[in-house]
Amino acid sequence: MTRAQGKEQAVKYTAPGRDGSGVTVEPRYENFIGGKWLPPVSGRYRANLCPATAQPICEVADSTPEDIEHALDAAHAAAPAWGETSHTKRAEVLNAVADAIDAHREMLAVTESWENGKPVRETLAADIPLAADHFRYFAAAIRSQESTITEIDSQTIAYHFHEPLGVVGQIIPFNFPLLMAAWKLAPALAAGNAAVLKPASPTPWSILKLAEVIGDVIPPGVLNIVTGPGGEIGKALAANPRIAKVAFTGETVTGRLIMQYAAQNIIPVTLELGGKSPNIFFKDVLAEQDDFLDKAVEGLVLYAFNKGEVCTCPSRALIQEDIYHEFMSRCLDRIGRITQGNPLDTETMIGPQVSAQQLEKISSYVDIGRAEGAEVLIGGQRTPMGGEFAGGYFYQPTVLKGHNKMRVFQEEIFGPVLAVTTFKDEAEAIEIANDTLYGLGAGVWTRDGSRAFRMGKAIKAGRVWTNCYHQYPAGAAFGGYKVSGIGRETHQMMLEHYSQTKNLLVSYDSKPMGLF
Amino acid sequence: MTGVSGRVTATPAARQAIAGLLARGGPVMFIQSAGCCGGTAPMCFRQGEFLLGPGDALLGEVDGCPYYIDERLDVAWGRPRLVLDVEPGFAEGFSLAAGAGEHFVARPAAAAGGSRVSPGRRACGPGPRPGTSAR
Repeated sequence: MTRAQGKEQAVKYTAPGRDGSGVTVEPRYENFIGGKWLPPVSGRYRANLCPATAQPICEVADSTPEDIEHALDAAHAAAPAWGETSHTKRAEVLNAVADAIDAHREMLAVTESWENGKPVRETLAADIPLAADHFRYFAAAIRSQESTITEIDSQTIAYHFHEPLGVVGQIIPFNFPLLMAAWKLAPALAAGNAAVLKPASPTPWSILKLAEVIGDVIPPGVLNIVTGPGGEIGKALAANPRIAKVAFTGETVTGRLIMQYAAQNIIPVTLELGGKSPNIFFKDVLAEQDDFLDKAVEGLVLYAFNKGEVCTCPSRALIQEDIYHEFMSRCLDRIGRITQGNPLDTETMIGPQVSAQQLEKISSYVDIGRAEGAEVLIGGQRTPMGGEFAGGYFYQPTVLKGHNKMRVFQEEIFGPVLAVTTFKDEAEAIEIANDTLYGLGAGVWTRDGSRAFRMGKAIKAGRVWTNCYHQYPAGAAFGGYKVSGIGRETHQMMLEHYSQTKNLLVSYDSKPMGLF
Repeated sequence: MTGVSGRVTATPAARQAIAGLLARGGPVMFIQSAGCCGGTAPMCFRQGEFLLGPGDALLGEVDGCPYYIDERLDVAWGRPRLVLDVEPGFAEGFSLAAGAGEHFVARPAAAAGGSRVSPGRRACGPGPRPGTSAR
């Protein structure tokens, strides 16, 4: 998330497909395979809903394993030439993708907002610019990538070259349909691979709109998109012997299943599997009434960012007991002023959850919290909406007060539900923070730099935001400890996950070894 | 084998969905998922599709179909009793659907019997005590 630009004029975008909208909507979308739009072999389509209205936006292909095979055919046809394309040229293509995304920023922002429900202020300021930046970052990374030479002895040299893996499978979640695609596509394509990508079932359309924009920029077959149910095509892709690597973001059981399939094919995997991230506030945040205190309050409220549908959602707030009442009252005041509604209004801070089932899950968890004895400090129910949005999947930003052994503190709710508790001292903060199966993200807020450093080192999570939260710049490695996954995205080290190492071990000695 | 055992019960709708899956392709297994977008979903696979490890505990059975949970998750959730149900929506991950446009959901047995039913949710009764069997 980048800093919001000053106070801009409020804009209410027209819904895609309606008169005056900058987003065109076709009645039906096919798969993007080999640079062409191909109908699903089965001929079946399904409705794609808008979560703000629960009304269909369009139809998308309801694909079957045969479509995955067609996509793999196209990818295999394209991979050799793309893999041999110079780093210079590949970087040029990635930069052109970024330029195309920037040129269509508003169109893509409105598209993603309408399909996912996230507020357009977020897609305009974060999702779309960050997606473009990821392509630029990996263009730069591949352009400047160097191979290595090791002098084994005076006449023996080990050369190490990077080679692409070939064709890779990528399975994308619904919460950041375009940014997660960029996180996975940019390094894969930079490293010279062709990709077959399966978007999440609730959000297939945004990525197809992206393909409209970047389809001509990327050589045919290097990017292929197949939409459809995971049970039908997910396995057909992940277990396919024709992929050389699989990347997945989602939940733990599918993560295990993907590793199981990868084991059968002996291919690498990268996984990002969620979290239950602690956000820790030490008493010195209240030492001054200043911008930093204001930033810390916002830091807690960021649990509602993207309506809580974020793997790193700071969904457990740990507040030092000395300041609990004063700090929490400031936060509750801020939460109470969150504007919820039409995701296409730039004044809206929180939109609807992505689907009815997500809404049900959140309601169910708040019930679980109540049954466990958690106190509802704010929210705790669906948000009644009128008019066009009456059927939308809106849920109030909610805070539950309890303790870390409660289920609402242990399982990722994936909604705007914060579980808050207190701690006495640094040792207890670390104990609570690490008392979770997950280890993806964490936040630490303090004016004491030494403490911040100690905490950052002690928390078992791949990313510890220190005096900030929910920033995702390319160049900062992102990935999980414990059951939160394998691999690090948004950093050039991801190129290693998409590359093979070729070693040429060369002797310049004309004499025999003398063994035989 | 019919009936439920262990810490899992099922609504009539869930048992009907299971009967459909059994009739169409043979036995299925359930694995409790967690985390991220599809978290808390009971993933349904053909029997043997998911490779079980020593850390997977048998939570119970529904009509002969085993329901497993990661032991660490079971502890973190306080060894819950779950009610298997179906709802409209996409099946998460690679899970089999419960039927056309429906997916399986797992609810805590206590909350499922509670007074509050959120809009659009189907009511379902509390299940039997752990260890009892309707078999």
